[in-house]
Amino acid sequence: MGWTRKDLLTMQELEPAEIGSILDTAASMKEIAAREIKKVPTLRGRTVVNLFYEPSTRTRTSFEIAGKWLSADVVNWSAPGSSAAKGESLLDTARNIAAMSPDVVVVRHGAAGAAALLAKALRCAVVNAGDGAHEHPTQALLDLLTIREKKGHLEGLSVAIVGDIARSRVARSNIHGMRKLGMTVTVAGPPTLIPPFVQELGVKVSHRLEEAIANVDVIMMLRLQQERMMGALIPSLREYARYWGLTPTSLGAARQDVLIMHPGPVNRGIEIAPEVADGPYSVILDQVANGVAVRMAVLFLLAGGKAQP
Amino acid sequence: MTAREKAQVLDEAALDRALIRIAHEIVEKNGGTADLAFVGLRTRGVTLAHRLAERVAAIEGVKPPVGALDITLYRDDLGLKAEQPVVRGTEIPFDLTGKTVILVDDVLFTGRTIRAALDAIMDLGRPKAIRLAILVDRGHRELPIRPDYVGKNLPTARRETVAVRLKEHDGEDRVIIEEPED
Repeated sequence: MGWTRKDLLTMQELEPAEIGSILDTAASMKEIAAREIKKVPTLRGRTVVNLFYEPSTRTRTSFEIAGKWLSADVVNWSAPGSSAAKGESLLDTARNIAAMSPDVVVVRHGAAGAAALLAKALRCAVVNAGDGAHEHPTQALLDLLTIREKKGHLEGLSVAIVGDIARSRVARSNIHGMRKLGMTVTVAGPPTLIPPFVQELGVKVSHRLEEAIANVDVIMMLRLQQERMMGALIPSLREYARYWGLTPTSLGAARQDVLIMHPGPVNRGIEIAPEVADGPYSVILDQVANGVAVRMAVLFLLAGGKAQP
Repeated sequence: MTAREKAQVLDEAALDRALIRIAHEIVEKNGGTADLAFVGLRTRGVTLAHRLAERVAAIEGVKPPVGALDITLYRDDLGLKAEQPVVRGTEIPFDLTGKTVILVDDVLFTGRTIRAALDAIMDLGRPKAIRLAILVDRGHRELPIRPDYVGKNLPTARRETVAVRLKEHDGEDRVIIEEPED
């Protein structure tokens, strides 16, 4: 089906067919990464602004490479050292950027709804690259692309998402996307990191790692976000690693054909043991490679085809 | 807007004869199959490229490699279209450098698709030569592009469309002219 949205803000709002069309487009984009000359002229003359209010290496670089391989001009605007540090509001910054006529603004912000606010205020396309603990749709899309590539399909698969579910926009976006595509999701973690009413999203809850990962097709380990941990949610990192870290021992409970995913950056030895992160079931680096393909697809669908407003 | 069939241009036998003749011409001009490769344009050009490669194999006993090219990312009208076209992906599993590439498409019209295809191929390698094989040339060129191998030259009005229907996609082999119903 054709793409008609101005923005990509959440997985929650997408139809299954729209998710399918992004994944199909992304799969077609992958061939460009294997070329000697990694460039197609598709977005020539279009401008993509990366507006990042939170530190990010992977996502920002991924969007930057995606834009450049499509021949767009990519500009990075990061908050530390910019006018945001001088007290300019998000909307004022956005209006100033808009005055420079970009075609796409990719925004990451600590507040849930920041991308939606910009989408309403700006005439150009807005991509949510993470808004607080709300959503991170391109991460979910690259996860889905990776699973589809490795397993050949998505419908009917079961996934365990393990870790800090309450503060994870990655978990939320994945849960919405996976549920729409007919996948089963179990979330697992200590009770302090599982949000109340999470079952309303259609997921199962487990409070034991071995129980959660037994018999699933995919294990998604979340990063313990130490920078967002306010208060005593876990007794200690060591205790968390002991009960919730994916190690060769705990992995014994999982199936032989399981995929292990992690959105990065990895806290080695905390949520995942180095030998598991680098082990044969791990598809962590495939996720990163697919991230560029997914972001190319998103930029192409948002900025490539429609007559500019 | 619906379209009505105005006339049949090629039936199954005529379409096959055209492909056989083009295959012979390609082999003759190329002096065999050395360095020969087919690249079809998605979607029906790919099917025709496979059929031509098989015809060449029947004549020479060697089947040249066949690739599929999607030119969506090279189009010059992306900003003009209301809805995003689907990217189906390029699959060329061989090196184009040094090859004589036979670019294959079903209908040649304005020439803009071929312009995009030439750019796309140049990004992928440096062929020795690129030739153009077309099943139906319907005229109305907007660029200085002409085919090297033609199945059928067909004068058309701009408002008409030429539909190439192939068994693999449409369940039948034939070419028809359609005109809008008004």
